[in-house]
Amino acid sequence: MLAAHNLTKTFNPGTPIENPVLRGLSLTIESGQFVTVIGSNGAGKSTFLNAISGDVVPDSGTLAIDGQDVTRLPSWQRAGLVARVFQDPMAGTCEALTIEENLALAWQRGQKRGLGPAVKKAQRELFRDKLSTLKLGLENRLADRMGLLSGGQRQAVSLLMASLQPSRILLLDEHTAALDPKTAAFVLELTDRIVHENKLTTLMVTHSMRQALDHGERTVMLHQGRVVLDVDGDARARMQVADLLSMFEKTRGETLDDDALLLG
Amino acid sequence: MSMIALMGALEIGLVFALVALGVLISFRILNFPDLTADGSFPLGGAVAATLIAGGHDPYTACLIAMLAGAAAGWCTAWLNVRLNILQLLSSILVMIALYSINLRIMDAPNVPLIGAPTVFSPLIGDDFESSWLVQPAVLAAVVIAAKLLLDVFFASQAGLAMRATGANPRMARAQGISTDRMTLAGMALSNALIALAGALYVQTQGGADISMGIGTIVVGLAAVIIGETLIPARSLWVITLATVLGALLYRVMIAFALNAEFIGLAAQDLNLVTALLVGFALVLPLLKAKANAARGRTA
Repeated sequence: MLAAHNLTKTFNPGTPIENPVLRGLSLTIESGQFVTVIGSNGAGKSTFLNAISGDVVPDSGTLAIDGQDVTRLPSWQRAGLVARVFQDPMAGTCEALTIEENLALAWQRGQKRGLGPAVKKAQRELFRDKLSTLKLGLENRLADRMGLLSGGQRQAVSLLMASLQPSRILLLDEHTAALDPKTAAFVLELTDRIVHENKLTTLMVTHSMRQALDHGERTVMLHQGRVVLDVDGDARARMQVADLLSMFEKTRGETLDDDALLLG
Repeated sequence: MSMIALMGALEIGLVFALVALGVLISFRILNFPDLTADGSFPLGGAVAATLIAGGHDPYTACLIAMLAGAAAGWCTAWLNVRLNILQLLSSILVMIALYSINLRIMDAPNVPLIGAPTVFSPLIGDDFESSWLVQPAVLAAVVIAAKLLLDVFFASQAGLAMRATGANPRMARAQGISTDRMTLAGMALSNALIALAGALYVQTQGGADISMGIGTIVVGLAAVIIGETLIPARSLWVITLATVLGALLYRVMIAFALNAEFIGLAAQDLNLVTALLVGFALVLPLLKAKANAARGRTA
């Protein structure tokens, strides 16, 4: 379970470019729930995710995962609790290392690393099995460098890496935004499968209203660093993209010229 | 060039192969531009020479020199990860500080080791006749051991974590790796190797001198660059091998350049030749690419 209470964060405080990104954000997510998060640029989506992963330390408020207060815990110390897939396919993997080495890094997420060999034979078999479920033929390319893979392939591997070890929270930060529509659909399908199979508590940030309603079981809209909409169950099932869009416009107090971007 | 001169070039090349392996760890694996080498190389030399001149066992002296080097590297990394001082600047601060520290350790600008026991002594006869062969042989054994140990380490869980720290620190942290600790450990390891090189160097040269560190980093970097230009590789054991060969080749090329009388170069031209060689090695990949492109057009 994730419990965020009254989180605030201001970047560049006391300067002309002072930017209050989180302004008292509170959100509770039950274990096993798949939540989609939408909001305009600057609404605080990424900062919220960074606060959960530990890349950003909130100015005030508390953040607890399964009852454990992690508000000020550095990111590497909470890696056992939080798994993450980044928007940029380059960010979530090491392109200079091989596929197998990347998986080995994720295999030990949140664990102590000793002087034993990083990749043992049994693990290699396991990695091969896991990769074959992606149906991308990567199971035969364990020794290839990550940099040789396409963006979609890298995101698929990133998802796999995030699910190699159990975690309390899975963070997906617009992880299909940098992909072409076909690849994005494939990665989303894979996301649904992995989240479902591992019963992961998931937070998925997306720019697409369609994705926000089609995936997961609850949708949250952020605006100016707060939660302004929180729907699930029947209300969400009845909701159309147009409804969501009109709410989106209402909260922003302006009409959007380019709906296509958000509908896509 | 005589056989003795060639062995002499190889001997120094082997010493700098250790420096190059250290530079490989900081510059290439940790992505940490580190100039501490110019201070940690003479630090290793100063510690070893002072201890040996004081009647201590040369093997213990080498070990303590390595520890001193590790401490120097750790300081550089600490300035960067804890105090957020720019990497290059942290290393320059430590390098400058080490100049004074080295003078304090030696208590003089130089410490002669003529006739003192060295790590090579047990294998050399009383007449010193075989030293031209024994010294490079022992150094080669040390370099090969260091290379193999590094290969094993970087294939280990902790070694992989260190490589991820340099390659993608954000991803490394997301996987639960303390990039700060990895940087501290890696920089200590790097400078321990460089200090060991300094400790062995003073034992081949018959003494330590305060100015022996000048240009160490350039030579180490030259070896790394020459190695990766001549043998472009992805797997780490090939990269460490290329680095060692790069160091040897560099010294042999220097020896040829300075020995070939028709060129008219003398010992004082060493740094100029170094700069030219490194410059050449740096543009070689570009020249190669251009040549390939030209071939592609005509074909």
